[in-house]
Amino acid sequence: MRDPAALPRLALTAVIVLLLWPGFKLTEFDPGVLFDPRNREVMGKFLGTFFPLALSADFLRLLLKSTLETLAIATAGMTIAMTMAFPFSLMVTRSLSVSRIGPGNDAWSGRWLRVPARFALMFFRSIPEIVWALVFVRAVGLGPAAGVLAIGITYGGMLGKVYSEIFESGDTRPTVTLLESGSGRLAAFAYGMLPVALPELVSYTVYRWECAVRASVIMGVVGAGGLGQQMELSMRMLSGGEVSTILIVFLLLVMLADTVSALLRKVTA
Amino acid sequence: MSLSLEQVIFVHPNGTRAVNGVNLNIGAGERVAVIGPSGAGKTTLLRLFATALRPTSGALNVLGGDPWRLDRGALRRTRSRIGMVHQAPPIPARQRVVTAVLAGRLGRWPLWKGLASLIYPVDIAGAREMLARMQIADKLFERCDRLSGGQLQRVGVARVLYQRPDLILTDEPVSAVDPALSDHVIGELNREAIARGVTLIASLHAVDLALHWFPRIIGVKAGEIVFDLPPVRITDDMLRDLYASELAVVPTQANEPLSMPAPGIRRKPLCS
Repeated sequence: MRDPAALPRLALTAVIVLLLWPGFKLTEFDPGVLFDPRNREVMGKFLGTFFPLALSADFLRLLLKSTLETLAIATAGMTIAMTMAFPFSLMVTRSLSVSRIGPGNDAWSGRWLRVPARFALMFFRSIPEIVWALVFVRAVGLGPAAGVLAIGITYGGMLGKVYSEIFESGDTRPTVTLLESGSGRLAAFAYGMLPVALPELVSYTVYRWECAVRASVIMGVVGAGGLGQQMELSMRMLSGGEVSTILIVFLLLVMLADTVSALLRKVTA
Repeated sequence: MSLSLEQVIFVHPNGTRAVNGVNLNIGAGERVAVIGPSGAGKTTLLRLFATALRPTSGALNVLGGDPWRLDRGALRRTRSRIGMVHQAPPIPARQRVVTAVLAGRLGRWPLWKGLASLIYPVDIAGAREMLARMQIADKLFERCDRLSGGQLQRVGVARVLYQRPDLILTDEPVSAVDPALSDHVIGELNREAIARGVTLIASLHAVDLALHWFPRIIGVKAGEIVFDLPPVRITDDMLRDLYASELAVVPTQANEPLSMPAPGIRRKPLCS
């Protein structure tokens, strides 16, 4: 007896390796460059300016304000993203399609909705948030509002896609059973799908919030407020101490997100 | 007529022919047990009755019409009148028992009521009553993943009792419940069917339970009906033939092989 899966697996592995290798070639990836003495010196000088940390009261007050602004951008952006993602993910999720178990004649009506919804989600997330931010900075002017909108749209696209994947990957039997006993799609979702998916939804959303904090920093560089704008100023003034203090604040924010995520997972488990 | 099948064939997508030309009529208020070895097609047959599967060919009528000719709304209404107890209850692990039971009426409740019930259970007393009939009223606010397999199966039965369907289908509803309780659960389902005059169709692994509680027994093997008789007319030879593929051991509740030479099975159909 031979394992019938052996050959397909081997082929798949070969294909993956063949696909990955050109990537390293194309990007001229060479770890040796990092250890070149000249490059090491430049990097060392840059890092040297990072100390001592900037801890003046004025700067810390400024930092606190920017930090709160960054958190606000990330949170408000995520709220918009979630409000957008939920209806879209419900439209896209195939397990909630009644036509799959119901009368076959109106299977088309579901697809009418699913395909455009899928395309919209793809469009939202395929354009990087920094590009959206540049667009919105022109539309609503410099400041945090542009960042909120940019995060809302890009992350709405990502959350919508991942939410529907989480819904699909969980046990869909409870949902299908409810549909089979005549319950509506939304009720079946609330009673069959949400309880199954909730822990994963929460932990992914908190992870995305963490990403949103980092993204809001990058967008700050193009003028969308928060820590990023502060960082851009400090960089331009070549004050490495301030940059490193800001980096430490990032670290603390990520740790905070991690703690919140662990806490929420415990609550929803 | 509650249910009728005419030359119904069902072929699974993988090509397995699970139901092979079945003709069957089951009247309103009848109580029928479906027995047969594992893989005989009992579950597929029940899922066809439940309108969860569409026959590959043949005519199927459920609760007065061909469900597959109905439009979406009408099919939904028909489905809300069919209650199916699954062998492994498809209930989310994190859901509370009270919610799982109340979900039985989602087919009849408007959406707002279903959603409101998630915020605060709208009919605690109703859910409690059904659980009490399953002797697990104390688990009302427990989470379903804290229950044993047998307790969860009884929650599944309670949900269907709460649904109050016109056609009760049960797919090995007591496979994880101990014998004394199994008897109680099957008895409770029978009492419900008799009291409300609705149809009850149960596939059962334990032959003694089937012969004891049901006035009509259908033996299924390899997707075909082998016999369709009242229990008094079923001989030990017929049962042995039915289970010939399972080493000729006729399965019973306690999982002790029934010694076939001694006709030891009680046959006492409950009078309706």
